[in-house]
Amino acid sequence: MAIQRPTRLPMEVEEQTEGDLGAKRMVVNFGPQHPATHGTLRSIMEIEGEIVTAMELEIGYLHTGFEKLGEYRTYNQTVTITDRMNYLSPLCNNIGFSCAVEHMMGIEVTPRCAAIRVIMYELSRIADHILGVGLQAMDLGAFSMMLWAFIEREHLYDIFEEVTGARLTTSYTRIGGLMHDVPPNFDAKVREFLKTGHRTIGEMEAMLNDNKIFRDRTIGVNVISAQDAISYGLTGPLLRACGVPYDVRKARPYLGYDSYDWDLVTHEGGDVWARYRVRVEEMYQSLRIIEQALDRMPEGPINVGDPEVIIPQKTATNAPGGGMEGLIYHFKNYMFGHGVCPDPGEVYFATEAPNGELGYYLVSDGTQKAYRWRVRGPSFFNYQAFGEMCLGGSISDVVSGLSSLNIIAGELDR
Amino acid sequence: MSEPTEPDLQQRAEDLVRERFHDQVVAVGVHAGQRWIEVRRDKIVEILKTLRDQLKFEMLMDLTAVDWLNQGRLERFTVVYELFSLTHNGYYRVKAWVPEHEPEIDSAFEVWKAAPWAEREVFDMYGLHFRNHPELADGRMRRILLPDAYPGHPLRKDYPLEGFGERYDFEVHRRG
Repeated sequence: MAIQRPTRLPMEVEEQTEGDLGAKRMVVNFGPQHPATHGTLRSIMEIEGEIVTAMELEIGYLHTGFEKLGEYRTYNQTVTITDRMNYLSPLCNNIGFSCAVEHMMGIEVTPRCAAIRVIMYELSRIADHILGVGLQAMDLGAFSMMLWAFIEREHLYDIFEEVTGARLTTSYTRIGGLMHDVPPNFDAKVREFLKTGHRTIGEMEAMLNDNKIFRDRTIGVNVISAQDAISYGLTGPLLRACGVPYDVRKARPYLGYDSYDWDLVTHEGGDVWARYRVRVEEMYQSLRIIEQALDRMPEGPINVGDPEVIIPQKTATNAPGGGMEGLIYHFKNYMFGHGVCPDPGEVYFATEAPNGELGYYLVSDGTQKAYRWRVRGPSFFNYQAFGEMCLGGSISDVVSGLSSLNIIAGELDR
Repeated sequence: MSEPTEPDLQQRAEDLVRERFHDQVVAVGVHAGQRWIEVRRDKIVEILKTLRDQLKFEMLMDLTAVDWLNQGRLERFTVVYELFSLTHNGYYRVKAWVPEHEPEIDSAFEVWKAAPWAEREVFDMYGLHFRNHPELADGRMRRILLPDAYPGHPLRKDYPLEGFGERYDFEVHRRG
């Protein structure tokens, strides 16, 4: 049986006969359409017996051209593009992007806006992590974890839907504020989730922590050293699972994260198990942050007072509720050369998305459209290290490792 | 020695590059409290290596490029390196100018393992060649996001949002 090998693969493949399968090398294609990739990723592995001896990763199946598109959209329009990047936690992308533009313009958001953003950010983090853990467990055979995770995420998406009007395409932030305030029952709904979410995470822990299959397939699997992780630019749970205490929320606080009482989670080992532990612990910390933010939720406006930046509400533009002034500001906001126009210059601003450091590099030429808009998607850098993590491991550990990275193809390929 | 604040760290980084590579520095800049240094491309790897070793910029957070077509800049392209120091908790940006007539620069893969894919993306989007890149195919850069046979480099400013590189060979389905 001659094995067809991909043309560019730098691997030696020998002729193989039916009789000595396993004795010689074999090339296995994994993805892009494979349920365990949870997205459109492709890896081509060379295996010897069951041991992975070489790996080539191919990405780009979900490339959407966001960066090009962002150069042709105003800053507020670009917020809608960011929804589609990390589709497990779109609010994180919205908030990160708005924070980057505000940093560039020197805008400080109102306390109420910051508190709402923190709550939404941490809820998204839980939605991302709980599904990440659930899918990781499912890949290793614990199917009920995935269903439990989806139930909790459904509760979260209900909250998102009530707040933003959409489950996925949230587009909740505006430069200098938010689309609108939270609904009246927001506090009660989130507090209810704090209870159910806490219970579900606890139940998932009870099912997985001492589960022999889960432990055997995660401990010591897909290990990466802290030094390699740093060199590869890994961030987020992957880096903290190597024992490196780096979290943007602690290191370079934004939105007042330094005023909340929470702990930085790290774990030793750098394996799949450590990543699982970091994600679970982080969800508890997120619940702590949300509770504090709800307790202190300040009253007041959600938008900054600058009418040059903020798009007026419909009620301010439409007679009889509003008037001419609102209409003029609305018009000015959308006229070319007006509205949100940062001074010429460039800025790199990072927030701690569920998967790691989500950085936006913005170059402004003084108009209302970004001259260059670059997204540093954490998945892109995290996935690059995957090949090295898998080398020398068993082929079944590839699945375990891949789900522990929680690669989101929308953010990987942008 | 106490921990330097980010402005101190960036000042030290600037001084270091100016001292060691004084003939390479083109300009320095600052915007919204973030500082960067613009250098020639010739010794970019040595500059990055020096910054990594001397000032502990252990991480390459981002590597990208900007096209300055018809902006009256020194050259057409800049390659932007966003460096981060875990030890000192500070960023620093190094920008290398790359001319249009010879769009080449040395690869930073020896300095950080994060570089190869980001460099392939820069090639994909801007057509800049990275010399000594570890994943060359027959001496040429490989695309990463777009298909191998894709015409053009879409993030260049002379590549329109719609039009160039479009496919016309799709079958047209009509109703009725």
